[in-house]
Parts: sequence; C-alpha cells; structure tokens
Amino acid sequence: MQFASCRFGNVAVAMPSGRLDHTVAADFEAALMPLAGDVRHAGIVLDLARVDYLSSVSLRVLMLAAKATHARKARIAAVALQPIVAEIFAISRFDSVFEMFPSLAVALSAMSPDARAAYDTSVAASG
Amino acid sequence: MRAVRFWGTRGSLPVALDASGVRAKIVAALRGAAGRDLGSDEAIDAYVDALPFDVRATFGGNTSCVEMITGEAEHVVCDLGSGLRPFGSAMLAQHGASSPQTYHLFVSHLHWDHIMGLPFFGPAYIPGNRLVFYGGHDTLESALRRQMEPPSFPVPFGTFGASIEFVHLAPDVMHDVAGMRVQLKRQHHAGDSYGYRFEKNGRVVIYSTDSEHKLAEPDERPAFAEFFRGADLVIFDAMYSLAEATSVKADWGHSSNIVGVELCQAARAKELCLFHHEPALDDAALAKMLAETRRFEEITRGSATPLRISTAYDGLEITL
Repeated sequence: MQFASCRFGNVAVAMPSGRLDHTVAADFEAALMPLAGDVRHAGIVLDLARVDYLSSVSLRVLMLAAKATHARKARIAAVALQPIVAEIFAISRFDSVFEMFPSLAVALSAMSPDARAAYDTSVAASG
Repeated sequence: MRAVRFWGTRGSLPVALDASGVRAKIVAALRGAAGRDLGSDEAIDAYVDALPFDVRATFGGNTSCVEMITGEAEHVVCDLGSGLRPFGSAMLAQHGASSPQTYHLFVSHLHWDHIMGLPFFGPAYIPGNRLVFYGGHDTLESALRRQMEPPSFPVPFGTFGASIEFVHLAPDVMHDVAGMRVQLKRQHHAGDSYGYRFEKNGRVVIYSTDSEHKLAEPDERPAFAEFFRGADLVIFDAMYSLAEATSVKADWGHSSNIVGVELCQAARAKELCLFHHEPALDDAALAKMLAETRRFEEITRGSATPLRISTAYDGLEITL
C-alpha cells in the first residue's frame, strides 16, 4: 500500500493505493487517522481511484475514520471508486456510511466552495 | 457425517411471515403467471418451482437448531432454539413414543433464543429416551432448569421423563462424542459462546454462531482460519452487514457475510452457510444478501477454488 494526502482549503484528501488487505491495515490506520482527527479539516475525502481491493480489516479502518470525523461534526466522503471497490462498498453497506461522489471535484463542490476553488486553482496551475 | 438439516435459522427471537407478507408473495406469483398456460398440475408445479425462493417460500423464523445427520442411530443436534420443537415432533412421528432414542445436544451458549425450544421438545417427556447435553459453560444445567421455573414456565425441568445427562467440554482439545471428534472454540459474545468443529469419516462441519470477530485483534483471523481449516461446511453467524457490525452494532456479539467469506477463504473451506438471520430482514432481503455474498466471493476469489455459498432456511438439508 502507498498513501498520500493533500489539502484543498479546509478539506483533506486521502489517497491510498493498491490492495488494502489485512497485511497493510495497521499502516493504513496510522496514515489515515491523523487526518480524520485533525480539527482543521471540516471535511475528509477518500480518493479511492487507485485502490484495487479492500478487506474487512481495512473497511474497519474506514469506519474508525468515519466515526472520528462524525464525532467532531465534520463530513467524510469516498470518491472515484473502481467498480470492484464500489461493489465491496455496496455489499458491506459502507456506501451508507460515507457520502459517495463520482469524483474529487464533485465532492469538493458539495463539501466546500473554498476547497473546490483551491482545487481548481491547483489544477489550472499544474495544467 | 452425511448431511446437515436446519430446523431453526433465525437469530435472537422467532419471527413469522405475516398476512401482508403472504399476500405479497401471492401477488408476485400471480403477476408472473400472467399469460402462461397453467392448465395442468404439472405446469403449475413447474411454474412454482421456478419462482425465486423468496417468492415461492420463506426462510423461516425458528431460532437456532441444527441437526447433524451422522449416519448413526443416535441423534446429534446443535442448540435448543425454537426449531427444537419441530425437530422433536419429527422424531416422534418417525420413531414413535415406544422406541427409545438418544439425543446428543450441543449448546453454543445460554442466551434465551438458543435454549427456548427445550420445554417444547416432546422426546424429553418420554421415559426411555436419553438426552445428553454438552457445552462449554459451567452453568449449562442451571440455565436449562431456570427457564422452566415459575413464573417463567408452568412445567418444571424435573417433569422430563427421559434420562438427563450433562457433559462439560473444555475448549481447544478434541473430544470423542457420539462417534465424532468434537472440538470447541470460545467466541466473542456476551457471556461467551462456543463454536463447534465436528469431524467424522473425513467430513468436517463447523457450527459457529453468535460469534463476533474482532477485526482489530491480529490473532483472531489465523485462529479462526485454523478452527475452520478444510471444513466441508461452515455454518456462520452472518447476522449483520459489516457496516453495522463495526459501528452501531459493534460489541453486540455477531458477525457479517463479508467476514464469513474471508475466513472461509483463508481456511480453504468448501461451503459457507449464512446463519442466525437478523429478525428484521424479510425474505427478499435475505435473498439479496445471498446473491451479494456470492458476488463478493467471486470478486475476491483470485485463483483459489470457488467457495460455495448458501444461506440457511428452516427445512434446508445440505448433503456433505
């Protein structure tokens, strides 16, 4: 597993990649939970575009992040799920835990206009 | 070990299909029949048999009771839920009251839904029959007696005419019982529950209900994979979705279809049978869960041998 993160306005974006199975769940938890608990973040977006698979143990980590985020009245969303991961979310009912969006841009628009503006600026600068 | 027959499959408390549920099934069947030639009994039977299970039948509502058909004359049953009543009725119909029978009754734990059928177990009242209760709890006998004391029940335990024995089984070691090798494993559940591994003639059946799998405990997965190792059939507590089991219903003592598939895959088991159904789920919801679980197994299988997935219903018999 690899894990990257960034921030647009007051929204943090977590970008794990690879297979999130029981062998990497502890590392995934250590990387994700500081973002979920950071009071500066009014929203957390999980960009799962590069995740191939999620096991129950890693889904539990996502649940921990959701609980931590909801506990401080912040929002948490999952975006850009590959078809297999989307099926796993549906079968496990995790699609009822997270706000679900097709893309990072759509999620940022829904969560924070400032975050979306920061994202657009970033995209324009890199393009 | 030849087969397993399910007499009670529902979790927590018995449920029954109500009038609106029956009506919905009739309406769905009639809608599907429009335009078909159902002019003969054969055509009607063929049409009904081809309907989806949740339309033509029901998963049922008796609480946990599962018969192990070992091929021997003596009977083997897991748990004493309300399904024990129809099991007892079937035994009386088959053997009568004058042919002494021996019943080996394995108890997962002492919560009400797993013992409530005993007062209604007809063979217990017949002299000459023999009932042997097995379990990992020291309080097994007192729990079974207590539920038949006033004011809970009008007929005391002492009224039973059958001979009664209690056998405490220690976990994690093999026992020889009723011609089988039997192993218990302590499970996460309020007051503890015990899973059973039954081995006979090269066949292995796991009965693991009322068992919460703690995903944060790294030793949990390999321990249960070993307990399930190579099983022909794993009867598994899949009461909740994984989202429920890790959030609002964490520490309620139950597990999910997702964890069942993962453990059976790790154990290289041959068949997973979803069990201990949530009482709030109707037939359509249980049928959907079965289809989803089969799909989850398919997308997570990799190069491994496919794991068969079934879901228990009252009356189901699985041949090993």
